Amino acid sequence: MTEPLIDLQRICLERDGQTILDQVDMQLVPGRITTLIGPNGAGKTCLARIALGLMQPSSGSMHRRPGVRIGYMPQKLRIDESLPLTVDRFLWLAQPGHEDDRIAALKRTGVAHVRDRAVQKLSGGELQRVLLARAILRKPDLLVLDEPAQGVDVVGQNALYGLLADVRDELGCGILLISHDLHLVMAATDQVVCLQQHVCCHGTPEAVRLDPAYLALFAGQHVPADNLAVYTHDHDHDHDLHGNVHSCSNPQHHHSHDHAHDHSHEHQDGHKHD
Amino acid sequence: MIELLLPPLFAGLAVALVAGPMGAFVVWRRMAFFGDTLAHGALLGAAFGIAVGISLYPAVVLVCLAMALVLVAMQQQRHLANDTLLGMVSHTTLALGIVAVSLQPGVRVDLFAFLFGDLLAVNWQDVVWLAGGAALILSLMMFNWRNLLSLTVDEDMARVEGVPVVATRILLMLLLALLIAGAIRTVGVLLITSLLVMPAASARRLAKTPEQMAAIAAVLGVIAVVGGLALSWQADTPVGPSIVLAAAGVFLATLVKPARG
Repeated sequence: MTEPLIDLQRICLERDGQTILDQVDMQLVPGRITTLIGPNGAGKTCLARIALGLMQPSSGSMHRRPGVRIGYMPQKLRIDESLPLTVDRFLWLAQPGHEDDRIAALKRTGVAHVRDRAVQKLSGGELQRVLLARAILRKPDLLVLDEPAQGVDVVGQNALYGLLADVRDELGCGILLISHDLHLVMAATDQVVCLQQHVCCHGTPEAVRLDPAYLALFAGQHVPADNLAVYTHDHDHDHDLHGNVHSCSNPQHHHSHDHAHDHSHEHQDGHKHD
Repeated sequence: MIELLLPPLFAGLAVALVAGPMGAFVVWRRMAFFGDTLAHGALLGAAFGIAVGISLYPAVVLVCLAMALVLVAMQQQRHLANDTLLGMVSHTTLALGIVAVSLQPGVRVDLFAFLFGDLLAVNWQDVVWLAGGAALILSLMMFNWRNLLSLTVDEDMARVEGVPVVATRILLMLLLALLIAGAIRTVGVLLITSLLVMPAASARRLAKTPEQMAAIAAVLGVIAVVGGLALSWQADTPVGPSIVLAAAGVFLATLVKPARG
């Protein structure tokens, strides 16, 4: 295996007497997409911030390969309306250089048409692609994306994850994705780390999906699924309009049913899709 | 007679030229309250200067710079919201300054001049100092422009991209403190924030890029200073408040123009 871009070992984080991360190991490797999943408050964002060097762990070791270039897509961007900033200038801030490079990056992510628009006026989906273009422009060794699919519809999410896989192939960079939804990122993911203060389980998406620890983490949340819970990977059973999974008589499918519940729970609990 | 107006004019222009770009950052980063707090510290600086027997304005500069550092450090804590914190520090400092000045035996400080400016009293030596300070601030801002903008857009992203975020933030605060300490001669402690905020806010509607906004704010600030001085000369009104009114007039005038992106 190639030398990790970032190697986190036995990371612990305590804040105000509460344990947020407990003995977490994570390696980010070139060419591999790692997805960090877990319920709200599981410490996903904190772990990513530690990996990015934005936060210091209480204990544990963080080793970053020297000279690693990181492209970071934050969850939200709060730019004051009073700042007149076009998309082109926004990209320039990350990487001053020839404007052709910036145009090419925007074309690559499919948003060349918003180049002269104000950054604050972009829709959620446009902003995600602009942020991705900005990250690509820096030719990063590692891309870190915090809940990139928030505020984007399911079709847009799939397209975004497809794009991420392409970017990984083109740049050969490592990618760290933070998501609360394993299903949507499955196609693009090489390795899943399932976090709930500690690493519950990790491995390929298929392995994690069947892991008892993963099932336990997301089980027992009985909120009716809403129409946001549409999965693109499941072809062995039917969904109705509300995303409820039918024909779960086969116990082996039972976990999918649980997912439907936890999925909507997440949305109702912590995230607003608008 | 008109040559009497030249030192105040040049002093005002020096301050306005820097207040434009600096004011843009104050608006973008919502630091207006921060500016107020620093300005209130100036009076404390005056009291300090009298107490230790050094001349007034160097003492004001020193105390403003020190306050900027203290405020940056205080912002690191998470217990109180920033505006609550600044609200307490700001008015405590102002009150402490007034009390401290009043306690100095046998010294009379012109409080009115401090609170509302006394631009007409500046001499050529003051102008040289103000112009030098303005050149220093402007060149440091230009030299660090991309870092300052990156910081304003998103601090986390800037840090990941290798911008020295803490150093840049401290630099911005120190430059703001330096400007405020100097600008007190123009419009005084209570009105200084308006000279920062109003030209920048006026420029927003006319600008398409951050640089344009900074430059237009500088020009509008210059117009406000000239207009205010003229008003003061013609109508015998206090200079500081006249400049602020002129700046408000400029802002109202820009509202006529339809907004751009």
